[in-house]
Amino acid sequence: MAGLPLFKHPLKDINRLIMHPSTLFFTLAILCAFSFWIGKRRALTIADGQIRNLHSLPGYYGYYATLWCAIPALTLLALWTGFESNIITALVIRGLPAELQHLPADHLNLMVNDIRNLVSGNIVSGEIDPAMRAAADHYQNLRQISQAALAVVALTLSILGTLLACRRIHKAQRARNGVERAIMLFLIGSSSIAIFTTIGIVLSVLFEAIRFFQAVPVGDFLFGLKWSPQMAIREDQVGSSGAFGAIPLFAGTLLISFIAMLVAAPVGLMAAIYLSEYASKKMRSITKPLLEILAGIPTVVYGFFAALVVAPFIRDSGSLLGLDVSSESALAAGLVMGVMIIPFVSSLSDDVINAVPQAMRDGSYGLGATRSETICQVIIPAALPGIVGGLLLAVSRAIGETMIVVMAAGLSANLTANPLQAVTTVTVQMVTLLVGDQEFDSPKTLAAFALGLMLFATTLILNMVALYVVRKYREQYE
Amino acid sequence: MQTLIKQQSTIGAADRRTVGRVTVENPRIRCRNVHVYYGEKRAINGVTLDIGRNEVIAMIGPSGCGKSTFLRCLNRMNDAIDGCRVTGDILLDGQDIYDKRLDVVPLRAQVGIVFQKPNPFPKSIYENVAYGPRIHGLTSTRSELDEVVELSLQKAGLWDEVKDRLNQPGTGLSGGQQQRLCIARTIAVGPEVILMDEPCSALDPIATARVEALIDELREHYSIVIVTHSMQQAARLSQRTAYFHLGDLIEVGMTNQIFTNPRHRLTEDYITGRFG
Repeated sequence: MAGLPLFKHPLKDINRLIMHPSTLFFTLAILCAFSFWIGKRRALTIADGQIRNLHSLPGYYGYYATLWCAIPALTLLALWTGFESNIITALVIRGLPAELQHLPADHLNLMVNDIRNLVSGNIVSGEIDPAMRAAADHYQNLRQISQAALAVVALTLSILGTLLACRRIHKAQRARNGVERAIMLFLIGSSSIAIFTTIGIVLSVLFEAIRFFQAVPVGDFLFGLKWSPQMAIREDQVGSSGAFGAIPLFAGTLLISFIAMLVAAPVGLMAAIYLSEYASKKMRSITKPLLEILAGIPTVVYGFFAALVVAPFIRDSGSLLGLDVSSESALAAGLVMGVMIIPFVSSLSDDVINAVPQAMRDGSYGLGATRSETICQVIIPAALPGIVGGLLLAVSRAIGETMIVVMAAGLSANLTANPLQAVTTVTVQMVTLLVGDQEFDSPKTLAAFALGLMLFATTLILNMVALYVVRKYREQYE
Repeated sequence: MQTLIKQQSTIGAADRRTVGRVTVENPRIRCRNVHVYYGEKRAINGVTLDIGRNEVIAMIGPSGCGKSTFLRCLNRMNDAIDGCRVTGDILLDGQDIYDKRLDVVPLRAQVGIVFQKPNPFPKSIYENVAYGPRIHGLTSTRSELDEVVELSLQKAGLWDEVKDRLNQPGTGLSGGQQQRLCIARTIAVGPEVILMDEPCSALDPIATARVEALIDELREHYSIVIVTHSMQQAARLSQRTAYFHLGDLIEVGMTNQIFTNPRHRLTEDYITGRFG
């Protein structure tokens, strides 16, 4: 049974439209525009039409009024929306019959959910009894009152704000300084969003990882040599005890990243040297974008390429030489991943090589050095910290790479240094642990978060080292 | 600037002919009718000039007059610039340096250059000086190299200041010390001519005085061509002075004569400060 349509009256529909948050926003926007105009007018009137008499340009007084109009109302809006649901729920629960109020907490939660579903017209679990129907109506009622009140209070606030701002506008008032400070605060807010997101991600991973470590000792996870995350679901299941030793995974990750860097570092570096020192302007303008296209190919596509072309090729050529190569080999994944990160290395190295001042080259050429002597003995040493920083960034990129290894490296957690065998990586295991329906109280699922935490820590440290190295290099020439 | 434009429009082809004696006895470098083009633009217009042995010759003139361009022709530093073309003859000890068969590596060892801004390599002081001898294979043993480094630093008047910290980075020295390190680096290769492109313009007056004193001493062993914006510096340091104007060599003469009794109207206007 679909939810009953609660609003049959056209009048009520109109009512709902008026109450809708977007209407409120729209009205606020109009008010803001209006307040800008009023503020500007007010400033011009005070100044007798002479802009020179004002401390700031008239527009700043307009923005000043707009800020007073918008900020209090928006703050209220945010707070209201944040607390509305909790307060209404509490009120609804208090309005429930006594015997329902004294249900256990999780039961009560379920019922509140049902009431909400009823209100929004979703499918409700179980029977609808009259008490719940009454509660739903009550809920709906409260919400309408709340939204109407919100609209009234917010609009009043914005109008009052505008009026207050207009009253405060006088000739010597430093509207520009005020507006600029507000802009600065806004910018600070924007930049802290990224920081708080990072903190949020770390915390969410951390808490799940802590739950995992309650089931599996940290030492077993960090130093265990066996990875077999299958847990027994039934008591009598055979052979699925679950082993969470992360060493094979990190070994596999390192092996593949190492192979990738073996490809990317020399190729990328030499490409960068060619591009920045030897290539003519025209050649460079063609080659550099072409090289950077490599970075634009989705990693999934590299994955196909690794699994369908490179891996079979390596297996076949291996069997020609009499080697036993598995069809999913670390070598194939590593080679393709290396090709993928070539543009990272080349682009970053090219930048740092170009950043070496021309004076260094002139000095070296002026002493009669050849081009290769200059590159090897002056430019590369001068750019080395930047190049190392670029390589470290590439490594952290390789460690975190997922799709190529999912498709080409395989799932078997072998602890081996042989690149011709199948290995698995941290990211691959995380994907397999989390794909599909999972139970979040099993260490099997939670292991993904522990792995994620480790991976995050590793790449974070690498990035920090890389940035430190790069920054230290920058200081040399400024 | 306005005066300059007026001047420019009023000088005819005849006024652009070089005044004064351009040749010397037994020159080190002999330039004949040198033109330099950047793409289509002509930067140097038929310069004929000799550079003598053991002399300091100063090149002066307003910005963009081509004096630096001309200087950089003398050891083919312009080769690296895209679209730069040099015609005419430049002979070093009778050898055409723009000969197709000539390798620039030994040429630049013979004609060293010191730039406007001190540009020590990000290496130790020792390595900075040892760089040239190493790439040219001038020394075969470490002790020989040590000797060359010490001698060069002594000639550049830097030895006493750095002898205890040869392994510290050259970039850590003061501006004047860095410039003398660059001169030491150039000397270490054993050149015959040293080109200096405004070597003191990034230095404070005290460092300038030290570098000038050094240039005066170096004259004993080398021919020195110095481009400068400071007329006092040209007057103090050089024996001969060449005045460039918009790609033309206007006047050459003994420094005394140029500064006291210039023969060309443009030279006179420039050194009396009417433009430039």
